[in-house]
Amino acid sequence: MTNLDPRATSAPPQAGGSTSWLYDPKLRGIVSQIVVVVLLAWGLYEVIDNTQDNLKKLNQNFGFGFLTQAAGFDLSSSLVEYSSSSTYGRAIVAGLLNTILVATLGIFFATILGFVVGVMRLSKNKVVAGAATLYIELLRNVPLLLQIFMWYALVLKPLPGVKEAYSFFDSIFISKKGILMPHPNFGPGAWLALLALAAAFLGTWMFRKHARKRQEKTGQITPVWLISIPIILLSPFLGLALAGWPLTFDYPELKGFNFANGMTMVPEMVALLIALVFYSATFIAETVRGGIQAISHGQSEASSALGISRGYALRLVVIPQAMRVIIPPLASQYLNLTKNSSLAIAIGFPDLMYAGGTVNNQSGKAIEVVFILMVVYLSLSLLTAAFMNWFNSRMKLVER
Amino acid sequence: MTLAYVRTTEAPQLPAPASTAGLWARLRDRFAPTPLSGVAAAVIAIFLAWAVWTIFDWAVLRAVWSAPDREACNAVGAGACWPFVGSKWLQWIYGFYPIEQRWRPNIVFLLGALSLAGLLIPKIPYKGWNALFFFIAYPIFTYVLLLGGFFGLEQVDTEQWGGLLITLIASITGIVASVPLGILLALGRKSEMPVVRLLCTGFIEIVRGVPLVLVLFMAANMFPLFMPPGVNPGKLLLALIGIGLFSAAYMAEVIRGGLQAIPKGQYEASMAVGLSYWRMMLLVVMPQALKIVIPGIVNNFISLFKDTSLVSVIGIFDLFNIVQSGFNDATWASAQTGNTGYFALALIYWAFCFAMSRYSQYIERRLNTGHKR
Amino acid sequence: MSATPTSAVMLKAVNKWYGQFHVLRDINLDVKKGERIVICGPSGSGKSTMIRCINRLEEHQQGDIVVDGIPLTNNLKNIDEVRREVGMVFQHFNLFPHLTVLENLTLAPIWVRKTPKAEAEASAMKYLTRVKIPEQANKYPGQLSGGQQQRVAIARALCMNPKIMLFDEPTSALDPEMIKEVLDVMVDLAQGGMTMLCVTHEMAFARQVANRVIFMDQGQIVEENEPNEFFSRPKSPRTKLFLEQILH
Repeated sequence: MTNLDPRATSAPPQAGGSTSWLYDPKLRGIVSQIVVVVLLAWGLYEVIDNTQDNLKKLNQNFGFGFLTQAAGFDLSSSLVEYSSSSTYGRAIVAGLLNTILVATLGIFFATILGFVVGVMRLSKNKVVAGAATLYIELLRNVPLLLQIFMWYALVLKPLPGVKEAYSFFDSIFISKKGILMPHPNFGPGAWLALLALAAAFLGTWMFRKHARKRQEKTGQITPVWLISIPIILLSPFLGLALAGWPLTFDYPELKGFNFANGMTMVPEMVALLIALVFYSATFIAETVRGGIQAISHGQSEASSALGISRGYALRLVVIPQAMRVIIPPLASQYLNLTKNSSLAIAIGFPDLMYAGGTVNNQSGKAIEVVFILMVVYLSLSLLTAAFMNWFNSRMKLVER
Repeated sequence: MTLAYVRTTEAPQLPAPASTAGLWARLRDRFAPTPLSGVAAAVIAIFLAWAVWTIFDWAVLRAVWSAPDREACNAVGAGACWPFVGSKWLQWIYGFYPIEQRWRPNIVFLLGALSLAGLLIPKIPYKGWNALFFFIAYPIFTYVLLLGGFFGLEQVDTEQWGGLLITLIASITGIVASVPLGILLALGRKSEMPVVRLLCTGFIEIVRGVPLVLVLFMAANMFPLFMPPGVNPGKLLLALIGIGLFSAAYMAEVIRGGLQAIPKGQYEASMAVGLSYWRMMLLVVMPQALKIVIPGIVNNFISLFKDTSLVSVIGIFDLFNIVQSGFNDATWASAQTGNTGYFALALIYWAFCFAMSRYSQYIERRLNTGHKR
Repeated sequence: MSATPTSAVMLKAVNKWYGQFHVLRDINLDVKKGERIVICGPSGSGKSTMIRCINRLEEHQQGDIVVDGIPLTNNLKNIDEVRREVGMVFQHFNLFPHLTVLENLTLAPIWVRKTPKAEAEASAMKYLTRVKIPEQANKYPGQLSGGQQQRVAIARALCMNPKIMLFDEPTSALDPEMIKEVLDVMVDLAQGGMTMLCVTHEMAFARQVANRVIFMDQGQIVEENEPNEFFSRPKSPRTKLFLEQILH
């Protein structure tokens, strides 16, 4: 039942004055945006104009054709075939692969170290907790660049020259040139190793499903991981054995002043990796500690009240909740690590940034090189962020 | 059922009894609550003792304390080469600034320290004026005084500035530029106008997705191409622009977090009482948001201070680079010079950053107890 | 503008949607000057949304709203004018925590009505006295109890000399022992002749002060009557059901 007053049927009167665009939020918004776009366009025009003038003065032109020219410089370490006669393009690809290698290894080890230190920080043992705190406070407050150089000096200086290299089992040599390992050659049929690994993962997944069903029916718990992890680790060897061991090694041999064959891990990479891992681990440790502490004490208390052991409580109650808090900042730590790998340029490890910098030095194509580098780094960032977002959404709490 | 016992007199408050556990039990609880952690603690303790002894031995016991040149430092078994630091430390602070003009950086340092003290120590009043001075007047004053060329001051080009001077200038410029820019970017990111929102979000995401080294590389190699003819700002200025833009993007995210923490009710109350958008931001939202993000701002500053070492990659002589360049000095080049230099650098950076992080924690604690709802 | 109307607030055929959800359905309401309206209803019925449309904290999609003769449209000038004439008190007070009580009260008069500081402070003290807490002027909101904070919020709204006061469940967030002090202030305000629209569950207050009680359910005004009739002889079955639930 409504109550309409018969007086109020006439159209409402206009408020005084004209309705200028200044007071209509929609119009005001549109005008502001047009102004912004015009200013931006004018700015861009000026920049492009200046750039063209300057490029002309330097006898340069804008174009990506230089990527097919011969590079004329060497890279001390590359995962793909590369020599000074390879193209600029190939140099950049080699650099990119090195960046991915360092970032992946770095993320892997930093996560492990970070989690260990983070949990140590929460220990009841004063020495353990104190050591973790000392580590974090020491390494967090020194610039990464300095740490890289310090590790480099620490790693490189004491190493002997090539002729006096430390050797292990006559196949691994450690010297000023780096860590030299036998280069594995995979013969025909070696792909069976990968197949066996894939089969092991698939088998583990099916085994886990079966174990869950069994637990639902009978209440019995099967030690899935105890059985699966050894199988996963051994499976590639099984595959190789099935193929008749098509694996030979090129052993490094001392020929003259240097080693031939073999696979080198240059000291620059070792220093960079160690520094990245130790530095990033401090931030990961703090993230992990914050995540675990954020889970209210009430959760552990409730678990204890139910009689759940501390191990199960951690696994089933605390850590799943802590992961939700930990994953977003962890993702940004991974991004930071990936970006920090670009410091390789400072110690001469040929990563993407180093390759780009050298290409620019040789060719003078600053804008093109910057563009390529930006696109690649942004893609790496986006990929990592997307993966972490997917991982995060799988862990989300369902709320009302 | 009758009650067993009801007091008729007040029970006095008694002091707590001494601990019932013995000394041994208490020690065990602290240092080895579980056998595994006890073993770990022992291993760690041994390692730490070894590490501390080695460093102490190198830095103090075996160190060379005074020598005219590298001879003593090059001797077998020598420790840290402190005379190297002694001869170079002024250069580490001022870079290549002419010695007789060093009073100018000194004034800059003194003013900066006073202003910063006024801003950071909570009890000191007139923070608004101080902030205006620090963020606007001080940078201009610094630039004019250090560069010279006016008022009868001898001109000292930016190429001659170096060392701690550059490190501090770069860090402070980064913060000074990034707070106002960051506020604008953060507001723009939440704007309802799609063009503004797109531009701000795009800028923030792109800058945060690339390494600082790349931004500096861009500043050193690409920005000169954008300049109109005859305009040559010099590497330092371009690097400062790069650092400012980079830092603004990160600051924008910190401020966005602060804005999100302001409850919607504050916006509504401001609107209900008739405040316009900018008045609302200036008088109600921003003061609250900025207080929340002060720890974040200080953390950004700590990161920035460490990141300024990267300008050495493009050839600017900040503290890191200038120490490194000293390693090649023929008078001092020796086996221990490099180690001593890096050790000294680590101490200096650590001291600054640790102090700043302590301050940040102090402020965070203060803010948490101050504004309880 | 035509001759001063006797309508303080007029809603005509107002409709509002949140996405696809029709939250206000054909609302028609005419509030005369000096009238006190209490609006009640189950949660989700749109009562808060309706009064928030009156000072444009929410935007209605269809229909007309006229406040003190000013039509409420997209015109920013009109919106600002309306907000100057309408005061609002929120369920969660929304005081500005970084300002003292006195500064909370003088902020808007100084910056919106351009009142000189001394005058604004005198007016603020006057209203603080009226809500019976003048001694709290230099304290921060965090140092006050809930009841005191809400009274400061009422004083803050009054400092703008509004013609109409909106109350959005002003006592719902208070501990029971503090509700009375806030209601006393509201009764005092009503007796002073202020036009009031109140969303509340406090039925004793409605009986004491309201000229009309409005019952809203599912976005519509279902029933409207003067308090005694409303409580003793509700016409609609939905009203009966609601009254049974809250008057236990």
